[in-house]
Amino acid sequence: MDDLNQEEDPTDWMRLDGNAVAGALMEWFGMEMTAASGECNHCGNVAAIGTLHAYTRGPGIVLRCSACQGIVLRLVQTPSGSLLDARGTAWLARPTSAA
Amino acid sequence: MSGVPQPITWQLATVSAIRPETANVKTFAFSLPDWQPHMPGQHYDLRLTAADGYQAQRSYSIASPPEQAGGVELSIERLPDGEVSAFMHDTVMVGDRIELRGPIGGYFVWSAVSGGPLLLIAGGSGIVPLMAMLRERAAAGARQPATLLYSSRSRDEAIYFDELAQLAGSAGSSGLTVIHTLTRSQPPGWTGYSRRIDAAMLREVLARTDPNATVFICGPTPLVESAAGSLVDLGVPASRIRTERFGPTGN
Repeated sequence: MDDLNQEEDPTDWMRLDGNAVAGALMEWFGMEMTAASGECNHCGNVAAIGTLHAYTRGPGIVLRCSACQGIVLRLVQTPSGSLLDARGTAWLARPTSAA
Repeated sequence: MSGVPQPITWQLATVSAIRPETANVKTFAFSLPDWQPHMPGQHYDLRLTAADGYQAQRSYSIASPPEQAGGVELSIERLPDGEVSAFMHDTVMVGDRIELRGPIGGYFVWSAVSGGPLLLIAGGSGIVPLMAMLRERAAAGARQPATLLYSSRSRDEAIYFDELAQLAGSAGSSGLTVIHTLTRSQPPGWTGYSRRIDAAMLREVLARTDPNATVFICGPTPLVESAAGSLVDLGVPASRIRTERFGPTGN
């Protein structure tokens, strides 16, 4: 996975977090996802989706683990719809009751 | 709220009022045909569609408390190269209809009913979602101690400055402490902080904060990440720190 060193990579200061893409995630999952937690498949870190680093400047949305910067979720538009690449996610868990 | 989830879809909202806050920030009040109560900290997505079908979409934090039923207020900063914010500031008028989707969010939220003591840290327009929390706290007559550290370039650029003073100084024990830091220029006689948020400042602010406070940090990415890191170094458990990044500073 590509490391993002904030001294080298100016786009770090433009990075957002899972909160910024909550609407797009809600479109996919049909429910609020930022409070859901997930395990990063690269390093095992467990964190809320709202804490993932979000990059939205390129094509699609990339959500990276805040511990290891590995890609946890990727959302791209395709000619016929959209694609959610979840290979970086071991599992997702959500709280029982809606807020 | 009841257990039946309501689908969050685009709806056509009507601009009911526009109010200048600072030179670069305006509050837009919208009435919503399908309004539902929100939690402070949540946002709405706003979408503009040009005649040729081109669409631009941004997220804006809700400034108003859920007690204001039927609509929401979004305080929007006009960014120099902002596609959507420039349109909102320069072209939109009361009566215009704008597509909104929300309320959205579940991580960066707090409610006076269920929430505990607060430490709120804001930079620039990051104050908006935190103001919704403070407004709801006031409307609920809640008493949990709350401390706000708000970084702005100057007093004139500090959004809601007067209202914050009012909330902090309201009759009786409001339990709210407001601490400003004005980083570029200060009014005559200013005795408060006049530099960017750093570890030394946070150590002093923590001394004026309830030890069980949940921390909410919102604003430009560098401010948010630096403050969160410093708080962890100062011993605040990471699990009690919630962050919402607004990207690069608009200044």
